[in-house]
Amino acid sequence: MAIVADKNLKVIIQGITGREAASFTKDMLDYGTQVVAGCTPGKQGQKVHGVPVYDTVRQAVAEHPASASVISVPPALVKGAAFEALDNGLELIIIVTERVPRRDVVETLEIARQNDARVIGPNTLGLICPHEIKLGMAGGPVEDVKKSYMPGPVGIASRSGGMTTEIANLLTTNGIGQSTCVAIGGDPIVGSNFLELIPMFDADPHTKAVVLFCEPGGVIEESLAAMVVERNIKLPIVAFLAGRFVDGMPGVRFGHAATIVEGDKGSARIKRETFLKAGIHVADKFSDIVPILKRIEKELDMEE
Amino acid sequence: MRLLEFEAKEILARHQIAVPKSQLLSGSDQIDLKFPLVLKVQIPLGGRGKAGGVLVAHDEVQAGEMAAGLLATPIRGYRATCVLAEEQADISAEYYLALTYDTVAKLPLAIFSAEGGVDIEELAAREPEKVCKRHFSAREGLMQHQARELIVQAGIHGRPLLALGSVLANSADIFLRYDCTILEINPLVVSSDGKVMALDCHADIEDEALFRHPEIAGLEKEEGRFESEKKTTEFEAKAAEIDSADHRGVAGRVIEFGGDLGLIIGGGGASLTAFDAVKQHGGEPANYCEIGGNPSVSKVRYLTSHILSKPGVENVSVIMNVVSNTRVDLIARGIIAGVLDAGKDPAKAIAVFRVPGAWEEEGFKILKKYGVPYVDRTVSIDQAAKFAVERTQG
Repeated sequence: MAIVADKNLKVIIQGITGREAASFTKDMLDYGTQVVAGCTPGKQGQKVHGVPVYDTVRQAVAEHPASASVISVPPALVKGAAFEALDNGLELIIIVTERVPRRDVVETLEIARQNDARVIGPNTLGLICPHEIKLGMAGGPVEDVKKSYMPGPVGIASRSGGMTTEIANLLTTNGIGQSTCVAIGGDPIVGSNFLELIPMFDADPHTKAVVLFCEPGGVIEESLAAMVVERNIKLPIVAFLAGRFVDGMPGVRFGHAATIVEGDKGSARIKRETFLKAGIHVADKFSDIVPILKRIEKELDMEE
Repeated sequence: MRLLEFEAKEILARHQIAVPKSQLLSGSDQIDLKFPLVLKVQIPLGGRGKAGGVLVAHDEVQAGEMAAGLLATPIRGYRATCVLAEEQADISAEYYLALTYDTVAKLPLAIFSAEGGVDIEELAAREPEKVCKRHFSAREGLMQHQARELIVQAGIHGRPLLALGSVLANSADIFLRYDCTILEINPLVVSSDGKVMALDCHADIEDEALFRHPEIAGLEKEEGRFESEKKTTEFEAKAAEIDSADHRGVAGRVIEFGGDLGLIIGGGGASLTAFDAVKQHGGEPANYCEIGGNPSVSKVRYLTSHILSKPGVENVSVIMNVVSNTRVDLIARGIIAGVLDAGKDPAKAIAVFRVPGAWEEEGFKILKKYGVPYVDRTVSIDQAAKFAVERTQG
C-alpha cells in the first residue's frame, strides 16, 4: 500500500514524443505502470512504445480515462501543459522538467489548489511505490529499480532525485522495504514538500516510519519541525541532512537551486537542532539511517 | 540575477514609481544636478552604506573626488564601474516595502513597514507587529485595495495612503511581470513636499526566467557592469572549460579546497553527502564537484587528470549514488584513463570507486582488471568515504 499513487492509477504523459519522455515511458510500462495515452500537440496518430499519442489532453482522456499526468516538456511550456491537465480534470500532476520559472510554478499551484489536485515537482525524478507503480524517471530501467527498491513499511521523501534511490537502496540492502518513495523536486517551491507528504504518510496505515533527505537552504525543515510538534505527529521520522560543510561557505550555490545558505538561515546546523527539539531523529552519518530504523521498529514491536 | 540599483530604478521609473533625479558617473563627468548629491557605488550587494560605498557631496569638485575614490576602492569583493549620483531628498517619512515568495505558503508575499531605512530582519525579530505581510495571487496580482489594506494595517492614514497604495500595487505588478524573486524598496520615502520616492531598490530576477526578458539577459552579458574580485581559481576555470567543451553529461561546479584528497562525486545530493562523509572521517578534500547525466568517457578522463594535476593530490575518490541514467562502465573507463594520463597507477591512485547502478557488471570487470579497489551497492556512501580516507592516510 502506498500514498499519492497505487497500481490502479491510469497515467498519461505530456510531451511523450520527447527523447527523455519516451525513454521513461518505456521504463514505466516495464514496471507495470498503466500508461494509457500520451500528448504532444501536432503528433496525434503516432505511437510511443505502443502508447497512442494525441494532440490534446482532452482527446487523450476522452479515449483513455486517466487521473494522472507526467509532464516532460520544455520549461517555457510547463505552465501551459499543467493548466491543460488541470483543466481536463487530472488530479495528480508530476512535473519532471527542470528550470521552470517560479512564477509559473506558483500559478500552477494556485489552479491545482482550486481543483483539489496534487502536484509533485517540478524538477523531480518522480516517485515509486515498489511493486505497484513508478511515475517519471525515478530509479531508471526496471532491472535497476528492482535492485534498489522493495515493498515494505518505510516511506521516503527526498529533496534529491538520485538520493531517493540511494536511500531505497540502503534500506533494501539491509532488508527494509519501502511504501512510497517521493523525489519532491530540487526547487525552492514544489507542489508537494515534506509539509504535505508527512501528514499523508502519517495517515497511511502501512507506513510505519519515514526517511527524509534534506539539504541546506529554505525553511521547509524548520516548518516541518513546528508542524510535528503542533499536530503531535507520532509517526517516526528519520532525517538525514546533507551539505553540512556548506554552513561554512555562506552565499555559495551548491547542488540544487535551494542549496544556498544566507548567514545562519537555512543552515544544516539550525535544521539539525530544530529537528532534534521536535523529536525527529537525525542520522548524522548516512548509514546511521538503518540502525535508527531498526531501533524504531523494535520500539514499535514492544508497543504492540 | 541581481540588478544594480540604477538598473532596478530604471524599471521602477518606467512603471510610474518616482526616483530621485540622478546621473551615472564613471570618470570625469559634467554634473547637471542640484547639490547636495548622494553618491552610491553600483555593486550587486547590499550593505554598501556600512562599507563606505555611500557618500554625500556638496559641490562639483567634491563629487568628482568622491566618485573617483569610490571607483578605485573595491567594496566587499566588488569594484564598481559607475557611481549613481542622486539629488538628496528632503525626507519627512521613511517606509519599507518588499515583495518575495513565501516558499511554505507557495504564494507571493507583500511586506510593508512604516519604519523604513532600517535592518528589517532586526525589526521583524524585535517588533514583528510592525512588519505587515500579506499573501497575494500570482495570477491576479495585488489589487489596489489590498495594497491599501496592508498600508493601513501598518498604521498609515491620511494623505500618503493613496500614493503609497499605488506604489505598492505597482511594485507587485513589476515583481510578477519581471519574474523577480525579490523586489525591495528600502527606504521608500515621502519628501517634505509630499512626493513618494524610491531611494534604494534591490531586485533579483530569476535566472530560470531570463529567457522571457531578453533586455535584462542582455545586461548580464554586457562587459564592465562591475568587476568581481572573487574570481574563480585557475583550477576551477580549467575544470569549467572541461565541462563546457563537451555537452554530454555534467562534470561541473568544481570548487577548489585546500586538502589533498581529490573527489569525483555526484550527482547533486550525493555530492553533498559524500563531501560531508569525507570530512567526517577526517579526510581533507582537494575539491568539490558534481558529475552526472551520463558524462562521456573523455569528460571524466580530463576531469580526473586535471584533479590529479594539483600539486600534493595523489589520490581520487570516486563516489556516486546508485545511478540509473549514468553508465558505471563509462565512468570507470574515464577515471582509469585520466589516472593513466596523470602518470599514476589506478590501483594506488584511486582511493575507492563506489558507483553502483546501470552497467555495473561491465564497470566492475574493468576496475578489477586494473586492480582498483571498488565497492558495490551494499557499501553506503559514507562507508566508502571512510574506506577512502583510511586507505590514503594509511
